[in-house]
Amino acid sequence: MPDSLPVNPLVNGVSAQPVRFRGGGFTVKRHPWAALAAFAALLAVWEGASRLGLASPLFLPPPSAVGRALAGMVTDGSLWLNLKASLGRIAVGWVLGTLGGMLVGFAMGIFSTARAVGVPLVSAFFPIPKIALLPLFILWFGIGEPSKFATIGFGVFFPTVIATCSAIDSVPRNLIRMAQSFGLPWRSILRSIVLPGALPGILAGFRITASIALILVVAAEMIGAEYGIGAFVLMAGNLMQTDTLLAGVLVLSLMGLAIGTVLSLLERRLLNWR
Amino acid sequence: MRLLVSDLTHRYDDLTVLDGIDLALAEGEILAVIGPSGCGKSTLLGIAGGIVAPTAGSIRVEGEVPDGCLNPITFIFQDFALLPWRTVEDNVALVLEHHPLPAAERRERIEAGLRGMGLWEFRKALPKQLSGGMRQRVGIARALAVRPAMLLLDEPLSALDAQTRELLMDDFLELWRREKTTALYVTHNLDEALRLADRVCVLSRRPGRIREMVTIEEPRERRQEPSAQAHLAAVRERLWHLMKAEAQMADREIARA
Repeated sequence: MPDSLPVNPLVNGVSAQPVRFRGGGFTVKRHPWAALAAFAALLAVWEGASRLGLASPLFLPPPSAVGRALAGMVTDGSLWLNLKASLGRIAVGWVLGTLGGMLVGFAMGIFSTARAVGVPLVSAFFPIPKIALLPLFILWFGIGEPSKFATIGFGVFFPTVIATCSAIDSVPRNLIRMAQSFGLPWRSILRSIVLPGALPGILAGFRITASIALILVVAAEMIGAEYGIGAFVLMAGNLMQTDTLLAGVLVLSLMGLAIGTVLSLLERRLLNWR
Repeated sequence: MRLLVSDLTHRYDDLTVLDGIDLALAEGEILAVIGPSGCGKSTLLGIAGGIVAPTAGSIRVEGEVPDGCLNPITFIFQDFALLPWRTVEDNVALVLEHHPLPAAERRERIEAGLRGMGLWEFRKALPKQLSGGMRQRVGIARALAVRPAMLLLDEPLSALDAQTRELLMDDFLELWRREKTTALYVTHNLDEALRLADRVCVLSRRPGRIREMVTIEEPRERRQEPSAQAHLAAVRERLWHLMKAEAQMADREIARA
């Protein structure tokens, strides 16, 4: 190897070329402000279109009007009243559906007989749009809260069963064989390996079921409730108060965002080993 | 502790994997098992360790279980089989949790295992924070914590780079010099077999049958010396000849299928 290479060496009469870089692209770069800028631009266009008369404020009120309606909801107390009702229904329905779904999902994931019985039943019930059962639940449980809890719980139950069962299937079998080879008892294997190993899949299922619970609570409240964000949005629509309607929709969006954030925090805390 | 395998046959549905295996593993002996891919090496180990039920034949152990031994037949796995959500220390603790040990003894076993493998400083680390070699050392520390009478090693070095393999082979040699643990060592690496084993069992292509049992006369501690190289080269040549013939025939059978 020579001490220094010529600046423009000639090799067999051909000048040496620098190697062209070809490795760019196909990598994800962080643009933290892009989403915020796009969101602000969208709001600006919407506001501008409304102010310039390009969109009817009756059918598409500007963001400023939606913001004023939201502020009004805060000051007159209707936001908290409706939010409390919706969150309560989601909490009770989701917890009931999740607990039941995890119990059945665990049984199906662990016991062959439970799986043989459960898979056809879950396959048969899972595709039913759960809101279609609300009238039946109203007949069974009355127009009050229990029918809404049942609708949400039933809607959450089946995806939880599937997520839990799949999560158990995805626990690496080599870990279970390792535990068996060291003579760990069945319960220890469940507690120390199957449950923590299935946790990522179960938490992923929570994300799906939280969205389902949000959809179902709105639908159930639109069918038969005095309070709740769904009932509030429906009433605003009936009164042609589109700014209030969109404020309700904004609240629903923020609810979804808040639930997603809580689940992300939970994942970060419980799955820090990944 | 001795291991006796008699007329062992194993089938997965219609596929016969092992056929008529007879072998005896003496106390303190290291027997390497080599053979072409799919010949049933790992199945043999699984059956020997009681985690695969044989279709026919028997596996028996003889001899006293040493004092303090909590799991006489203990595996060391190719993929380490560490729980990714537990720290190094807790991975070792896992295999002691179901034994009614005094807290001090539990701590002592964990510490001895981790110090022995040079991992004490890393006891609070998660497996994802360790290199492949360190992960396998956790696997070895976990195995040592139960003070096994017999080790079953399923290609323990095959997932590691050459340098780490060399270092871990030294660790194994030191372990066997100290503990004299009986071991069944499955590998496809002839150099590992030549370095570590007393005898090498060559299995045929599927269905795995014992093709030949080769004894390495040179004592383990002298195998790195120049005077041993001629003998080891001859044994290596013999093993490779047997392996190559079986692997070529297995390839031809796969191509015809």
